[in-house]
This record gives sequence, structure tokens and C-alpha cells, in this order.
Amino acid sequence: MAPLKIEISGLGYAVGGTEILKSVDAGIPDGGITAVVGPSGAGKSTLLRAINRLVEPTSGEVYLDGEPTVGLDPLELRRRVGMVFQVPALFGGSVEEAILYGARLAGKDADPRRLLEMVGLSASLAERDPRALSVGQQQRVSIARALALGPEALLLDEPTSALDEAARRRIEELVTDLNARLGLTMVFVSHDLSQVRRVADKVVLIAEGSCEGEWSGEDFFSAAGERARRYIAGRL
Amino acid sequence: MAGLQTVGSALPTLGLVAVAVLLSLYERLDLEKDIGVALIRSFVQLAAVGYVIDYIFGLDTLGVVALLLAGMVLFAAWTSARRAGDVRNAFLIAAFAVGVAAVATLGLLLALRIVPATARYLIPLGGMVIGNSMNAASLTMTRIRDDVAEQELKVEAALALGATSRQAVSPILKTALQRALIPLIDATKTTGIIFLPGAMVGMIIAGADPLEAVRLQIVVLYMLLGSVSIAAILVGTLSYRSFFTPHHQLRTTQNKT
Repeated sequence: MAPLKIEISGLGYAVGGTEILKSVDAGIPDGGITAVVGPSGAGKSTLLRAINRLVEPTSGEVYLDGEPTVGLDPLELRRRVGMVFQVPALFGGSVEEAILYGARLAGKDADPRRLLEMVGLSASLAERDPRALSVGQQQRVSIARALALGPEALLLDEPTSALDEAARRRIEELVTDLNARLGLTMVFVSHDLSQVRRVADKVVLIAEGSCEGEWSGEDFFSAAGERARRYIAGRL
Repeated sequence: MAGLQTVGSALPTLGLVAVAVLLSLYERLDLEKDIGVALIRSFVQLAAVGYVIDYIFGLDTLGVVALLLAGMVLFAAWTSARRAGDVRNAFLIAAFAVGVAAVATLGLLLALRIVPATARYLIPLGGMVIGNSMNAASLTMTRIRDDVAEQELKVEAALALGATSRQAVSPILKTALQRALIPLIDATKTTGIIFLPGAMVGMIIAGADPLEAVRLQIVVLYMLLGSVSIAAILVGTLSYRSFFTPHHQLRTTQNKT
């Protein structure tokens, strides 16, 4: 699958009179890793969920290669734009079942053993009960389960926040490695700037529901991004 | 009032309830208030319904019977809906499910001429169908509500993998229906061995032929199994929708940052 270019235009989301996203404009280039950063409660996770319509934007649009997502069937959209959460939340009695969940619903073929190897796990884990795996391994399985659908983009919502430092670094390496090998467009929500420095090609800052700037990864960590970095550091 | 004396003579059994209240107080179960309310309501309601049934038996008009049963369905739906606070349209869902269960099972009994179309049969049987269906409706709705809240992460993960609301909630639905139906299925399996059902006990004590009591009990059990299953399945398939939007989104997710 060719990677997707995602454009976010005037995206707003309000619930009960509270504006969680305020007319966000941001571009997510195809094939790269874009980090969405900002203090907690800024609306980062909501922005991610508005992209695959786990929440329904109240205004504005998200475009996939120029095509607005409102016109798409939400199920089809979510198959094209996969998502990995903070907590793996695997289901099924075996790792294989967990990996094939979405692919089976979509009637797609997927090879669980190849997917396990792709995320750096042994194919022999396929028969195991997912609950018997470490959280880090479970998170890899949840990445494999998203990849089983052959997505064109992957949304990662703080995928390492439930992990210890060593497991966190290994997931980061997996993400950058998958990005390089598959050329998938990735959106990576994080509030850890050192992590962002390690993974991101591009950085989008969300603060109080608004997009406060976009930088290339290099610029963000140079003088150009200093104010933004200080703002985030001060708000954590 | 000989009637009231008859009913009043049941009061000494209150001693047993006193034991339950004492146990609740001793173990700090906080059940004594609920038990007290249940006690007073059951006495007043049963006494009242005794008079109402006595009166309706006197009239023996099917229109009045139907009206009474309809009233019972609405009251059951109201009770069930109060238990299932966060379920949207809980009252309508429960009323529909309990109503369909009652009409289907009583209708079948009448159509097959298993029981005669008289108030003496329709009111007690209807009461059992409606009461048991109400319990199943409450259990199913509260279970789905609690499990969707507790397993929100899994449900959302399923939706993100392209599952429909129904597919994402299906393990929860399955558990809820099992929990609602298992007590009755087990009671049906063990009936006659572990316990003798209330209606049969009542008939035998009242001096009926034990075989006639058994015949009626079989009718009651099958009727209950049918109606409770219908009610639980209808409630399950209707109530899970209240936790999702038409775009297969969890409603609870919509309120987060």
C-alpha cells in the first residue's frame, strides 16, 4: 500500500459547550513519522481519534490524499488508518487470534507468523495466550494486529507510556524500523521530548486544543523550536 | 374483613425477615433499608393485587385482563429502566421486550389451547412471564452498561480495527445474556431434584392432584424459559446501541480530551 498524506483543515471538536479542538490545521506528510506533542489534556488523543473517526469532528475536515474522510465509511477508514493505543487491549485466546481479529472481520488474508517476526517477536508465540506475554510484547502484538489489515497509515497514541524505559526504547526502534521498511505514514502522540527527538521527522504542537506550530524534526530541536520546547517542558 | 385476616395471618413469617435484617446489620451489608422497603411494598402490593384479582375473577372479561397485563408490563419496564440508568430509552426497550415476551408466550399458550382464556390462568401466568422477563431485562441492561464501561479500551480497540459496534460489543453481549439466562436454565435443569417450584408447591399444598400440578409446572417452566430468553435477547440487541453512535463510535470516548 502506498503511504497516505493526511491533511487536517479547520478541525474542531466540541462536546457539551467545551471546545476540545479549535480549528486545527496541520499537515502530515506521507511516509514520515509526525509527532504530535503538547501538554496532557491539550487534545492530542482527540485529534488522533478525529483522524480515524473514533470521534466525530464537529467542524472542519480531514483529507486522505485529498479525499475528505467524512465521505468514507468509518469502518473502511479505520482499516486504512490503523491505530495503536497506550494499553495493548488484546483479545482472543491466542496471540494468533489477537493478530487476526481485524483482518478476519475484513475478510483479508494475513500471516500471523510473518507479522510476529515483523514486529520483532518469535513466530512460535502465535499459539500462546496473549495475557502470558510481557506488556512490551503485548504492545508489539497490538502493532502486528494493526499491520495485519495492511494500513496506509498508523496512528500511535502514546504507545510507550505503559512501558518501562528499556521496553520503551525497543518500541521506538520498532516504530522507526517499520517506518523505514514499510514507508507507512505514522502519527505518534507523545509528551516525551527526548522520545520525539529519537523518532520524529516532523513535529506538530497542540496546546489547549489549537495547533501552535509545525516544524521539521530538525528545526524543532534547533533554536527555531526552543520556545515550543520550553512551553512543553514548563507544562508537564 | 375475613379476606384481610387471611392475608394478615401470613405476618408471623416476618420473624424470618427479622433474622435477615439482623444479619445485614451485623455484617454491615446495608441491606436493611432495601429489605424494609421490599417488605412493606410486597405486602401492600400483594394484598392489593389479591383484591384486584378477586374482583377481576368476578368480572372475567378478557378486556380487563388484557388491560391489567398491559399495566403490569409498563410497571415492569419502569422498574427495569430505573435499574439501567445510563441506557438510553431503557423504558421503551424494556417495555417492548417484556411486552413481546408476554404476548408471544401467552399467545402461544392460548393458541395451542394449553390453558383456557380465563382470568384465573392468564393473570398469574402473565405475572410470572412479566416478572421474570423484567428481571432478565434489568440484568442484561445493567451488565452491558457495566461491561462497556469496564472494557472500554477493548471495545475501542475493536472499533479501531474496523469492527462494527455490534462486533465490538459481541463478547459483552454474550456474557450479559448468559448471566441473565443461566439462573433460569439451571433452575429448569434441576427442577424436581433440587427444588420444587413455587407454583407446584402451592398447588400441592392447596390439595391439587400432584400430576396436574406437574403438568402446569412444565407449562410454566417452558413458558418462562421462552419468555425470558426472548426478553433478554431483545433487550441485549436493542440496548447496546445506546453506547455507540451510528458511525460505530463509543459515546463515552466522545467526552474525553
